[in-house]
Amino acid sequence: MPTLTIDGRTVEAKPGATVLQTALDAGIYIPHLCHDEQLEPYGGCRMCIVDIDGSRGLPAACTTQVAEGMVVRTDTEPVNRVRRMVCEMMIADHPDECLSCTVNQTCGLQKVAAYLGVRSQRLATTGRQAVTDASNEFFHRDLRKCILCGLCSRVCHELLGVGAIDIAGRGFASRVTPFGDTGIGESTCESCGQCVDICPVGALTGKNEALPPVRTVNTICPYCGCGCGMELGIRNNRIVRVRGDRGNPASRGSLCVKGRFGLDFVSASDRLTTPLIRRNGRLEAATWNEALDLVAARLIAIRTAHGAAAIAGFSSAKCTNEENYLFQKTMRAAIGTNHVDHCARLCHASTVAGLARAFGSGAMTNSIAELEHSDCIFVIGSNTTEAHPIVALRIKAAARHGAQVIVADPRRIDLVRFAAVHLRQQSGTDVALLNAMMHVILQEGLADEEFIRARTEGFAAWRPTVIDFTPEQGEAITGVPADRIRQAARIYARSRQATIVYSMGITQHTTGTDNVLALANLAMLTGNLGKEFTGVDPLRGQNNVQGACDMGALPNVLPGYQAVDDAAVRDKFENAWSAALPDQPGLTVVEIMHAAVAAEIRALYVMGENPMVSDPNLNHVRKALAATEFLVVQDIFLTETARMADVVLPAAAFAEKDGTFTNTERRVQRVRRALDPPGQARPDWQILGDIARRLGYPMQYRHPAAIMAEIAAVTPIYGGVSYDRLQPHGLQWPCPDADHPGTPYLHQDTFKRGRGLFHVTPFRAAAELPDAEYPYLLTTGRVLYQYHTGSLSRRTQGLERIAPPGTFEIHPRDAEREGLAGGDPVRLYTRRGSIEARAIVTSRSPEGTLFMSFHYGEAAANTLTNDALDPVAKIPELKVCAARLEKRPDTTGGR
Amino acid sequence: MRFETIREQALNAWTDFDAPGKPRILVGTATCGQAAGAGASLDRIRAYAASRNLADRVWEVGCLGLCYAEPLVELSQPELPRILYAGVLANDVEPLLRGYFERGDLRPDMALATMNGAGAAGIARFADLPMIRSQVRVVLRNSGIISPGNAYHYIARGGYEGLRLALSMSPEQVIEEVQASGLRGRGGAGFPTGTKWELCRKAKGEPKYVVCNADEGDPGAFMDRSVIENDPHSIIEGMCIAAWAIGAEQGYIYARAEYPLAIRRLEQALQQVRDMGLLGSNILGTGFNFQIRIKKGAGAFVCGEETALLASIEGRRGMPHSRPPFPAQEGLSGKPTNINNVETLANIPVIITRGSGWYSRHGTEKSRGTKTFALAGKIARTGLIEVPLGTSLRDIVFTIGGGVPDGRQFKAVQTGGPSGGCLSAEYLDIAVDYENLAEAGAIMGSGGMVVMDDETCMVDVARYFVEFTQRESCGKCAPCRLGTRQMLRILTDICNGRAKREDLDLLEEIAHVVQAASLCGLGQTAPNPVLTTLRYYKDEYEAHVRDHRCPAGQCPGLLRYVIDPEACTGCTACVRKCTVNAIAGKKNQPHVIDQETCITCGACYAVCRFHAVTKV
Repeated sequence: MPTLTIDGRTVEAKPGATVLQTALDAGIYIPHLCHDEQLEPYGGCRMCIVDIDGSRGLPAACTTQVAEGMVVRTDTEPVNRVRRMVCEMMIADHPDECLSCTVNQTCGLQKVAAYLGVRSQRLATTGRQAVTDASNEFFHRDLRKCILCGLCSRVCHELLGVGAIDIAGRGFASRVTPFGDTGIGESTCESCGQCVDICPVGALTGKNEALPPVRTVNTICPYCGCGCGMELGIRNNRIVRVRGDRGNPASRGSLCVKGRFGLDFVSASDRLTTPLIRRNGRLEAATWNEALDLVAARLIAIRTAHGAAAIAGFSSAKCTNEENYLFQKTMRAAIGTNHVDHCARLCHASTVAGLARAFGSGAMTNSIAELEHSDCIFVIGSNTTEAHPIVALRIKAAARHGAQVIVADPRRIDLVRFAAVHLRQQSGTDVALLNAMMHVILQEGLADEEFIRARTEGFAAWRPTVIDFTPEQGEAITGVPADRIRQAARIYARSRQATIVYSMGITQHTTGTDNVLALANLAMLTGNLGKEFTGVDPLRGQNNVQGACDMGALPNVLPGYQAVDDAAVRDKFENAWSAALPDQPGLTVVEIMHAAVAAEIRALYVMGENPMVSDPNLNHVRKALAATEFLVVQDIFLTETARMADVVLPAAAFAEKDGTFTNTERRVQRVRRALDPPGQARPDWQILGDIARRLGYPMQYRHPAAIMAEIAAVTPIYGGVSYDRLQPHGLQWPCPDADHPGTPYLHQDTFKRGRGLFHVTPFRAAAELPDAEYPYLLTTGRVLYQYHTGSLSRRTQGLERIAPPGTFEIHPRDAEREGLAGGDPVRLYTRRGSIEARAIVTSRSPEGTLFMSFHYGEAAANTLTNDALDPVAKIPELKVCAARLEKRPDTTGGR
Repeated sequence: MRFETIREQALNAWTDFDAPGKPRILVGTATCGQAAGAGASLDRIRAYAASRNLADRVWEVGCLGLCYAEPLVELSQPELPRILYAGVLANDVEPLLRGYFERGDLRPDMALATMNGAGAAGIARFADLPMIRSQVRVVLRNSGIISPGNAYHYIARGGYEGLRLALSMSPEQVIEEVQASGLRGRGGAGFPTGTKWELCRKAKGEPKYVVCNADEGDPGAFMDRSVIENDPHSIIEGMCIAAWAIGAEQGYIYARAEYPLAIRRLEQALQQVRDMGLLGSNILGTGFNFQIRIKKGAGAFVCGEETALLASIEGRRGMPHSRPPFPAQEGLSGKPTNINNVETLANIPVIITRGSGWYSRHGTEKSRGTKTFALAGKIARTGLIEVPLGTSLRDIVFTIGGGVPDGRQFKAVQTGGPSGGCLSAEYLDIAVDYENLAEAGAIMGSGGMVVMDDETCMVDVARYFVEFTQRESCGKCAPCRLGTRQMLRILTDICNGRAKREDLDLLEEIAHVVQAASLCGLGQTAPNPVLTTLRYYKDEYEAHVRDHRCPAGQCPGLLRYVIDPEACTGCTACVRKCTVNAIAGKKNQPHVIDQETCITCGACYAVCRFHAVTKV
């Protein structure tokens, strides 16, 4: 640790640190405008020049590395005289509009000028002509106020890897601009707003930020599973500004466009504000007592008539851990059924099944932050940039530091820009691809023999099943050239620390569990487990899908993955909950739909889910929901599903309640109440308590903290979790007791199940493949600007304008064959249904494959998808089905 | 191919080229020659040669440095002296060539010098020309002598012998030799070249790179362009030796796209040496591999700054970053990179072949060797020269350059381009080296020298250079981007008579801040033209501010044109020229200029044959 003297104080510095960062860390202010600790040193504003003994001239503190014995003076008159003049130059180049500026009093230039005591203005104003640009949906650019500090363009390049803007022109004509000086709305900008967050002056401001917030609340983003920390700025019971929480270890201050600008749904005018009861076929407003009494009475009646097994519930990956815990407790203890499941069935059921079999635990093995230090990242079946934007930042950072990225994806996704190899396997052939890679690793002696011997079992039985499966055979099935398979295998196996990242492209198949097992085999074969910067990392899609699983919102396990058919476990819970519990695993999401059609399920309680858009084969879902005798939907909006309900209960949104979310890296984080719910809407945990009481099972809690205390008592992996321990960074489970620091990576010395188990995974084809009648392969996925069933993201108009509904991707050669141009309307057919959509002609999707996102109820891709199930995990094959298309006459004149 | 074989072929080619027994016509077609009309002259010469069966005896050569005398043509014929002719325009070609080849008429009226040592009546020997006599041509050893497109010419005159020798030495020995020569960076900063190589050799990181900085951008400077156009192989050989010394296998030449001929010559030369096995894999069978690629600069002055140059090669915006880290530690793609300027590299082969001892005999104690200078501005003999460091400014401007033309007075010489300074007559006797120029407030720079006479306004000169730097600032750091703008505004105000006395103090204060606070050399030196003129020509500034008068009579905003009624003949020439009808007066009667209407364009002053219009 170098020791230096700053303004007479002895300061210890980190080796390699800059003088500026060292001073700031020691609480010594040096004025600066272009520095940010997350970015490379820049040295542009020259405000941080200092006097250093023995140094020529006045070096900038931000670009000078500390050295042992350095003597620095930050506040001498010669230094300040130079700074003052530079500051005067900036002020002379800046509009005189402070009083009407959004950032008045928080402006970086004002702060520096005040520190330096700049009062007089001796320099003539430059009268720089510069553009103002309102073409972005969410923020204004007023380049007259720009001080060219470059923070925005650097954050866009260095942190985001987007590079939508840069400094163009020279000298006085220098300006921050997109390529070709277009409006930023026409650029490659992804609207993440990181530039707005970092801008020290009023050049970049959010469109809704006319008045600053009066208070801020730190919480967790309600969108995907990254678990980004956000600071909500509140004024008049509305969110007026969102900023990234720099202290959050998962996101480190970054947010994507949805997190930063997509929270309009919270204060949307169509929020549910009162309970609704269906009377004479119409949903009408009711009091809470009427609604709750009715729900309890109908559930009791159905249980009495048909047994508890006639009642099922869908819990919610959007709700808190505490609420999921109470939901499954209500279903199991108050009603007496194990038919409780949630949307994890549709995303990572195969992960839970596969990884639990191979390792004993079905979660992300390592942490998000570790990705950045991995030598190789194998991204398969994950369009990370769009589905998990902040995790993608770590992958891009790793690539920038020299890590090799392998992307296996039929589509040319954004991460391909950062990849050493892109494997474009045919959808649904992942097992063949992985087996061929493992063949190469075995053939070329790249396997980690020691790890296999010491940590795994089943290798000897497994080995022969891949040793005969050559890359050439792999090529025949997957379409990926054999040499590229070899190249990818070598990169992965030769890297010191390699990580696998995957998502729905692996799991949503009838072979989903096999896909996951094959990945587990690959990691075990090369010893990439139980160490930092390695692992098998499934990316969870919902803010709290990890937590909903952890809390036992699954038909076969109680909280903490404790099996319902294990008598000892049941004993423990029956004692804790003072209730008898059902001993048979319940039905899964798609099975419940089938059971409803068969009149075996008669009542369905849906909390915060929208199966009418999210589930496969929607025509069948509609039939199932219509067949129920009693349907309760508890939500914040009147969703497609809620419209079919008998009772609708208005719930509080994420910003209106306390609780915890568990992100994809198993990190339990605090969610905080920032607003009052609208009208009579109430937090789900309170509603559930009232229902349970009416069902004769008292379940009252003062505060979600008390629920967490109960969770910790019955759930060993959450044993050490309590609200006071979640400051400031949360805790990663397993965290068995109050002194345990949490677990950044799993399976360190031993696997949860003892030894890692190799599974034989022969290649099986997808359930439905293109044929003469349905010649295209249809696959589905997410886009950056929308989220899941759209009930949150589609209420932000800007997102809707960027990503409007009803489009699908088709390869140019297919489009030519079909006589289609971009924007042409088409009717897409599968054996299950048909929808209208317009063509986007792009080579992003391979020839023969159509791609469609599933966010839109009115053009729901899931009308088309196949509900064929993986035999183990019961996950439907959302990623592969056969389709055909028919060109339609354009009645709207195109878009 | 073995080097001996190449050498043998080269000598044969040279013998054919230089044979005294054969007629020969050389035409200087470097950019300076072409600008003077050498292209058209060459067409006529080829036509004549074809008619005389001499088509294969016409050669395009480079520039001898006597740019003021272009187009230059050298004629040679058995029995006749070789003679260099000046100012040979297209229409002069036929009479000249007919006279020389058909009648033995030496045309002393057009002749500049004899070239083969022999004298001729009324024609000076080349070596005795005042512009040539005190030059020592190391970098310019082949300029104008060889055909730059012919690698054999270069080799015949000792080319690639330096590389052959270097490859027989250890890299450390090569570095020692360069260190012992005392060679310092000719791009302007004067860092010892051998030390730079040693730092790069010892730096950790692979691969390493060699970069040639050919992004010459100073107004008035054309040394690098000339060296590349006239002798491209000298740079390539220098780079190969540097690569061997530091352990690089890849090199880049970063050249301005505005130098198309230079780039063409480089491309041609690179192909030639690749074909000969002097560049590429296993050079001369030694196992040494080295490749060179050309990267064209897109016209930003700042890309001559080494860190900006590297960013530009990487495909990023050409913006400098703070040093350290220096390129020798973390350069191209973060790897150790040795960057040398064109002239520096062109010295290297000679240092290796003739030895550091020979080289360091030239120059001064701290500044060894020779330096090229581009003479421009108000000087009789513009051109490119090379003199030992330590030569006095007076020798350069008056003896070699022929002094100020048209009977005007010498006022200043500007060295080092926009980063340099203006030195007044009292500095004419300083010995030109790195330290002396810096002490006087100027810099060596890359070697541009612009001479100014008494009709040059020094405030306007400062304004011109600041306008240049403010336009070429990369925009990254605030003092350079904004400070140059503020200086330019004040200087413009001074030139227009709008400035106040306090503005001079403010100008000086801004200049010092820009110097102290700017990130890179561009900004740190941008105030030099202002500070040196303030230092040596303060009275001129004050005349502008206090008396609203431009002593040199150049600043249009401060100028009045008046007509001397005594001298005016009333010819109305000025009335007809005036575009704003500011001149009144009947024919044969004295005219008067209406000062309110006059825009001081100077048209009347230029047109008056009676010196009746005067500037006041």
